[in-house]
Amino acid sequence: MIERKHVDGEKKGEILIYALSTCGWCRKTKKHLEDLGIAYDYIDVDLLEGPESEEVMKTVRKFNEKGSFPTIVINGKHCVVGYNIDKVREILENEPD
Amino acid sequence: MSRIEGYIPTDDEIRTLLEKLDTEAEQSGYHLNPDREFVSFLMEGLLVNQKRFGYLSCPCRLASGDIEDDRDMICPCDYRDPDLDEFGACYCSLYVTEKVLRGEQKAGSIPERRPNREEREAVRKKKQAGPPEGVKVGLPYPVWRCKVCGYLAARDTPPEVCPICKASKERFERFM
Repeated sequence: MIERKHVDGEKKGEILIYALSTCGWCRKTKKHLEDLGIAYDYIDVDLLEGPESEEVMKTVRKFNEKGSFPTIVINGKHCVVGYNIDKVREILENEPD
Repeated sequence: MSRIEGYIPTDDEIRTLLEKLDTEAEQSGYHLNPDREFVSFLMEGLLVNQKRFGYLSCPCRLASGDIEDDRDMICPCDYRDPDLDEFGACYCSLYVTEKVLRGEQKAGSIPERRPNREEREAVRKKKQAGPPEGVKVGLPYPVWRCKVCGYLAARDTPPEVCPICKASKERFERFM
């Protein structure tokens, strides 16, 4: 099981960010959610070992064929590619409680 | 290979790389993003990748560690110029156009242009030492094209370093 890092806040849904520790847009995405006080999990894929990284990338590509970062998965079914918090909030607002 | 090295670039290393890239950019008509805090973070990412792989692999893309496969995304990447044309910024927003620099256009997170692994492999297999298919020329010298900035050089071999964008010899392709 790949370890997810958790950032505390108000739980608006299950938000998982597939990120790179070195990427500027990934950092902006994490920071913006934190500033909004929204809870999320993240995985920095570049910090994983080879086999783990391969495994995670298979999942990332299922949601985002390009396998680019950040890939934000919401409630296991919605996906936002890139730094786009408005889109994340829109999806969260339209999700049933 | 472990990717966790616990290496944190120093402020000095970050500043040195930033100054170098800024000077090179301005000398050849490119511009770095004026958001220095954002750009410093990208410098940190580039330095970490330099330590990990031995080359300045794009901080916003996952490197394979195989230089043959990663070469197109060594910063500045092969996709910078088309992204500047279309979006006003490169994929990371490290490089921006003059319009963005002057605040007349906003740079945001843009779609990934880099082909996927299979597509890249297909292109590499097709790579030829001779001129591209269909090009028949009687020139006294072969012409080499820099894949980063489009600079053309008519000489027996590509230059060691692109005089425009400083890309290495390996990033040239036979053009004519």
